[in-house]
Order: sequence, then structure tokens, then C-alpha cells
Amino acid sequence: MSETFDFTLDGATVTAQSGETIMQAADRAGIYIPRLCAHKELHPFGACRICTVLVNGRPQSSCTQPAAPGIVVENDTEALRNVRKSLVEMLFVEGNHYCMFCEKSGLCELQALGYRFGLLAPRYPYQFPKREMDASHPDIFVDRNRCVQCARCVRASRELDHKTVFEFSGRGAHKAIAVNADARLADTDVNGTDRAIDVCPVGCLLRKRYGFRTPIGQRKYDHQPIGSDIEAGHPPAAVNG
Amino acid sequence: MAAKPKVATASLAGCFGCHMSILDIDERILDLIELIDFDKSPIDDLKEFTGRCAIGLIEGGCCNEENVRNLIEFRKHCDLLISVGECAICGGIPALRNTLPLQECFDEAYKHGPTVYNPSGQYPNDPDLPLILNKVYPCHEVVKIDYHLQGCPPSADTIWAALTALLTGKPVQLPYELIKYD
Repeated sequence: MSETFDFTLDGATVTAQSGETIMQAADRAGIYIPRLCAHKELHPFGACRICTVLVNGRPQSSCTQPAAPGIVVENDTEALRNVRKSLVEMLFVEGNHYCMFCEKSGLCELQALGYRFGLLAPRYPYQFPKREMDASHPDIFVDRNRCVQCARCVRASRELDHKTVFEFSGRGAHKAIAVNADARLADTDVNGTDRAIDVCPVGCLLRKRYGFRTPIGQRKYDHQPIGSDIEAGHPPAAVNG
Repeated sequence: MAAKPKVATASLAGCFGCHMSILDIDERILDLIELIDFDKSPIDDLKEFTGRCAIGLIEGGCCNEENVRNLIEFRKHCDLLISVGECAICGGIPALRNTLPLQECFDEAYKHGPTVYNPSGQYPNDPDLPLILNKVYPCHEVVKIDYHLQGCPPSADTIWAALTALLTGKPVQLPYELIKYD
């Protein structure tokens, strides 16, 4: 049996097990910390910083920061909500996100964060970058216009599929998802059933011939904000006891 | 009786879908005309402003100089200016050309497109045609915009909720299900 200890999250006492991150402990306690690159089946990566919390006053990404006894964590504050919203805005202006014809619309985690934060227009100018697409594979599209560089596909290909299909290339503004072949996804050992495709939070990696299967009005985020499952599954009231 | 506040609308680089969505408020349009008069708008076909407007609804972004002039004129005449729909907010479908050089767009449209018949290779250059901009610009990157209604198009309920709130002097507070980007 692992050791447990308490810390404070937005004034509530949360019990963590040793080795847990702040996000994992918060999830079990029914407190949602917004996130984009974090995925429960993958090792934490700390790419998007949307899960930033203040730990004893210092900003940390809660997906990578281990919980520790007695720390005081701030999550749902006006300042942090603003930071997270501005990060989502930057992701929207740095890519080419056309929700109106995207197959992932209604199921997209970036869009769902925008909805949850009540994002109506970004405060930054749109960049309209030129990004490459790859439709070479018979079963999978890569549309880098929508990539948010969360590295979920990179991690899932290694950790879940035991392959190395995806990796980053370039640095800074030139960073992009690359495939483990000279140029085309079709020349890799990726398979249409790979978990790396499922975990894409946006419409960058898509299975062909699956688009728009769920009617508008029945999609995951049409009625319930992202994170409601965490908040509903574990009522926060149980945390304090 | 005090004059009703005026609402003006315009479709810039849009598809008129957002205007269709305004009409999609159905019989509530009878309630709406109790509250407002339409001023310059494709709905009543008024071509010029007749006075100060309380609200201007802008559909579409700016793809040419006429759009910019029109938008600046709306800003001058309207107390509140609202971007309605994705094209006004992020450029939308017309902004797909923003990642391509303008020359390439012209060549595809007037020279090399599969259905183009243009033996002289001339581009349309009538002086009456507004000059096209290098990029399609969201409205809030051209003038100050006070509110944004997301959607392609925003649902009639979203437009109705925003208009009735503003016309009755309340803040626009859209519930979760009325903020949609598609």
C-alpha cells in the first residue's frame, strides 16, 4: 500500500498517493484542471502549459509536477483562467483552425477548451502559417494546419503502439510533426488502428472515411463542457471529508 | 413615443449565411421589429445610413478595399459593432487564400483553373471593381469590434439572445450551448 498525504487545492484538502502528479490527485478528487497535451494513458510531457497552477505561489504545469505534502495549490483563479485562455487563443492564431469544416469539430479538445473558457475572439492577430498536409496513407490524414504540438501522437506511437512513427522536426516557429520516413506517412509502419491516431486532441490526425459520423447535437462537447466527466464522476464535496 | 433604436447590417466577405441565420429567428422577427428599426441593411435594401445606429451587425471579413471602407463607415455610424460568424471573426473560408501568394490565387482563378476560358490571359481590371487585399482580415484587426458571436453561422438563438440583451440594456451572457465555432 502506497503512502498517502494531504495538500491544499483551491482551499480544499486533497489526498494524494506518493508518486502522483498534482493533476492525477486532482482528477481523483473530482477537481478538473484544464489540459490539452496531458492524456491519462501517456507519460506527462508538459508541452501546452494549459494545466499551469500556482504551487506555493510559483507557476508549475500540474501534469508534470509531483504532489507533495502540505503544498498550497491554486487552480481556479481569475489570473490562471486568463493565462489558460490566452494560451488557447495563441494556439488558435498560430495554426489554421477552421472549425466549420473540420471533421473533429464537436469532438476537438482545443475547441472544447475555447467553449469552456467562453472564448469569443482571440486577442492576438491571426498568423495564417503555411503548413503541410499528408494524405498519402490509405487510412489516415495528417493536416498540420490543425496541429497544436502536444506530442500525444509522438508519445502514443512509442508507449502504446511500440513504434516510432511520429517525431518533431525543426525548432521554434518551424517546429512541426514529422513522420519516420523520407517524406510520406504512407512509407512508415503506421496502421489505421494505431492508438497514436486516437489520441490526437484536434483534427491533425484523422482516420479517413470516419468524418461527421456523429450528428451535430450528439457530439461529445455539444452540451457538456470538457472536464465535466471529471467533475461529475467525483463530486468535490467528497474531497473535504 | 421615442424613436426605436436602429440596427444596421452588412455582409462583407461572407456568404450571407449569417443573414439567413438572422432571419432564422422566425416569428420572433415580429418581436424584433417592435424593438428596433432596420437601417442600412440588405434586409430592407437601404443602401445608405439614415442616422445614428445602436447596433451594427457585420458578417464576413475584409477581402477588398470596399469591405474596409464599408466597415469603417459602420464603425462611424454604430454605437456597438458586432462581428457575426466565423468569417468576421477569423476570416473564415475566404481566408483559406491567406497562406498563398495573391498572384497564385489570381492565376488559378483567371488563367489555370480547370474551367477557365481566358485566351487573352487578362485579369479583371475594370476601375469599378474594388481592389483585392493581400490577405483576408478579421474585422477586429481593422476596426474596434465590441462583441463577437461565434458560429458558422451563429444560431438564430445566439443572435436573438445577444440582440435582446443589448437592446434591453443587459450584458451579453451566452450560455455554454450558444457558443459554437461551427
